[in-house]
Amino acid sequence: MSETASEQPRQQLKLMSRSTYLKEAALKNLFLLCATMAVAGVVLIFLFVGWRGWPVFAEVGLGRFLGGREWLPTEGLFGILPLLVGSLVVTLGALALGAPLAIGAAVFLSEIAPPRVRAVVRPAVELLAGVPSVVYGFFGLLVIRPVVADLTGGLGFGPLTAWLILAIMIVPTIATLTEDALGSVPDGIREASYAMGATTWQTIWRVLLPAAKIGIIDAVILGMGRAIGETMAVLMVVGNAPVFFRGLGKPISTLTSQIVMDMPYASGTHRTALFGLAIILFLISMGLVALVRGLSRLREESR
Amino acid sequence: MSETLACPAPATGADGAPEVKITVRDLDFYYGDFHALTGISCDIKARAVTAFIGPSGCGKSTFLRCLNRMNDLIPGTRVDGTVLLDGQDVYGPGVDPVDLRRRVGMIFQQPNPFPMSIYDNVAYGPRLHGVKKKSELDDIVRDSLERANLWKEVKDILDRGGLTLSGGQQQRLCIARVLAVQPDVLLMDEPCSAIDPTSVQKVEDLMAELKSSVTIIIVTHNMQQAARTSDETAFFLQERSGEPAVLVEFGRTADIFTSPKDKRTEDYITGRFG
Repeated sequence: MSETASEQPRQQLKLMSRSTYLKEAALKNLFLLCATMAVAGVVLIFLFVGWRGWPVFAEVGLGRFLGGREWLPTEGLFGILPLLVGSLVVTLGALALGAPLAIGAAVFLSEIAPPRVRAVVRPAVELLAGVPSVVYGFFGLLVIRPVVADLTGGLGFGPLTAWLILAIMIVPTIATLTEDALGSVPDGIREASYAMGATTWQTIWRVLLPAAKIGIIDAVILGMGRAIGETMAVLMVVGNAPVFFRGLGKPISTLTSQIVMDMPYASGTHRTALFGLAIILFLISMGLVALVRGLSRLREESR
Repeated sequence: MSETLACPAPATGADGAPEVKITVRDLDFYYGDFHALTGISCDIKARAVTAFIGPSGCGKSTFLRCLNRMNDLIPGTRVDGTVLLDGQDVYGPGVDPVDLRRRVGMIFQQPNPFPMSIYDNVAYGPRLHGVKKKSELDDIVRDSLERANLWKEVKDILDRGGLTLSGGQQQRLCIARVLAVQPDVLLMDEPCSAIDPTSVQKVEDLMAELKSSVTIIIVTHNMQQAARTSDETAFFLQERSGEPAVLVEFGRTADIFTSPKDKRTEDYITGRFG
């Protein structure tokens, strides 16, 4: 037996064929191209917006642009402060209403709901993310606005209506990510808490939410990004008056809605100023993403 | 190690007979349609260490979790039969499993400290049950860590995260955390299988110290550990897959390991299967 084994011809390793090599190289480059194009898209948009918007800081002046209290394009006043405040008011209000709702829904799905209920509720929450924002806007316009009008007087165009609509819109983002964060808390910790004689509520409140804290903050920040960037639904219900917040039912405007409102007719410095608004929006979004990145790095380090 | 085999006499009640802490009668357990345990009856003595041994998947851990109703947390499980803690049926109507679990603490195979400071880990239970005063909590934390033989190692780093400790220290932290709520019974589900040998020694020493005040039940795969640490031993076996597991033999550890009555126990002890 040993002789036949030694007689076996030595096999040479096959050389890689030229066609295999080319195919591999082509695929590798194709994927590289895809990734590059995605990044290039962002970079190009940023460059374009920057290029078109940059002159505003010279034409209007940085202080009068960022710190100006009046947005009156016909009179050459391009102060974005009312819009900035409007965006903040709308976003923070929506977060205050939507985040607890979403976190509550996530806790229910992750810790309380029996599997059968979860199988129905989870897709329903995810479906909310798939509804086009113009539909939310329409719903807000026809259903929520009249209710708000009764509550606050006036026509119901204003921050309160926008809050209610946006609160629903950010639920899927925050709920899904919070559920992931809770799901990544090790089961051993859950068991340990129950085994200590903790109730379900105590376990959720004292152990699970603190353990998932950074993930939940992530979720809320991303929900914030969604709210601050939302345009159509806000535009349809917020009233679009570029003035400071005056009351729950009084029209205001946001960075995004003002761009859409003015774009069709703006020219000259006005048009440049709108690109300036886009730059500000871009910077806010990038800031939020950077914050999320920083937090997830923190989370990895704390493990 | 042979000297530890000559175990001290278990604690005795007023009438001189060994005091029974937990009485189990005709217990059957089901995971949905799967019949996991059948006909389990035994008396677990107070202030002694009882070891549950048997091959993997023979229901030791499942049975352990029946004793503090941890299985209630798994949907679709069912228990028949009675479990008496100090004579009271823990599955009786109206019994609060939350209060039961405070009195019957549990240590898991994988050390599972909460992602919070060492201090907060130990203070978790007392806080749950309403202790708010800082000085009182300080005392409980210190006392519990001392009882768990961890105080000396952590007394200067109480505000550091529990997860920064080594595996063996984490397990002792978990023990301290349980001791802080003053349980009568400590269920240990393979507490030493995920930690290093030095720490195993420390945990075993700890069990010997604790058993004067706490009734300890330990599930272990390690027969030397059962022989070293326990006063009584229960041998569980699932004879054929798909059938429920049974309690084959239960008695003094010295007897089980030197003169088992059942052939199956002898086979297992001598390493013929499992």
